[in-house]
Amino acid sequence: MIWIAVLVGSLGTYVAKLVGFTLPSSLLDRPIVRSIAGFLPIALLAALVAVQTFASGTALVIDARLAGLAVAIVALMLRAPFLVVVLAAAVTAGGVRALGLAP
Amino acid sequence: MDLPPARRRAIRSNALGIGIATGAYGLSFGAISVASGVSVWQTQALSLLMFTGASQFALVGVLGAGGGAVAAILTAWLLGARNGLYALHVAPTIQVGGWRRLAAAQLTIDESTAMAVAHEDSPAASRQAFWATGISVFVLWNIGTALGSFGASLLSDPAMLGLDAAIPAGFIALLWPRLRDRTAWAVALAGAVLALVLIPFTSPGIPVLGSALVAVAAGLMMRKSA
Repeated sequence: MIWIAVLVGSLGTYVAKLVGFTLPSSLLDRPIVRSIAGFLPIALLAALVAVQTFASGTALVIDARLAGLAVAIVALMLRAPFLVVVLAAAVTAGGVRALGLAP
Repeated sequence: MDLPPARRRAIRSNALGIGIATGAYGLSFGAISVASGVSVWQTQALSLLMFTGASQFALVGVLGAGGGAVAAILTAWLLGARNGLYALHVAPTIQVGGWRRLAAAQLTIDESTAMAVAHEDSPAASRQAFWATGISVFVLWNIGTALGSFGASLLSDPAMLGLDAAIPAGFIALLWPRLRDRTAWAVALAGAVLALVLIPFTSPGIPVLGSALVAVAAGLMMRKSA
């Protein structure tokens, strides 16, 4: 099942790239196309942040991931590079669990 | 038209710098992907074939959360749709056919497009910036992925180490630079709240897909107010 997701997912993202090279670039003149395309990653990434922080299956939970997210946001405000942001979140969540402060 | 050697060198070293920075992203992608239950080979296939970071993170994130293949694929596609717009924008400058067009398409991502756009004053420079950045990022992203996935597969209990918290951190780091104005913040908040509301009532994977409606609604509202 994972292989199907990997291969079909990759095929679709590639087709999106290739179609852009074949269609007339005047499509970009349509403001509705531009704005929806600009908003899509914002809405989806924000939803992914929420789901990956608070969801456990179909339950909403608060656990060590929230502490990790908070530290990640602080790191981003301090303009830390991507790897530092991700590592800081992982170390924080791991530490919070090791100390028994949260599941 | 030939490029002055100094500009050529500057483009090359910028491209390498962007590639190295992206390699670090690749490292965390590899580790997170394996921690989500995706194998080392599947992880590498994603970096080689999908080659667009946000979609890759989303695919393994949705799979890891038990969202199923269909939701994972659709989320990856929706996030990858912006590359099509990038391709529309750069295609007239890149001007290639045949197998080169197939390669250019695969290399059309945030970084290569941004570099091509930054050098749009000269078509030759723009072309070189696109290819140099695309190739540099492709190579280093894949090396980073391999190192990260191999490293993570050696860890015993990823959850204990807090790797599950690295996933939302990765997404917020991808989101952060896009939050440039109040509209963007409003779309992000609406997307996150809608997803949270949907979590208890839908199967995993649907909440993220549902948030795409926020983007469509925001786009329609922008058209009305324009």
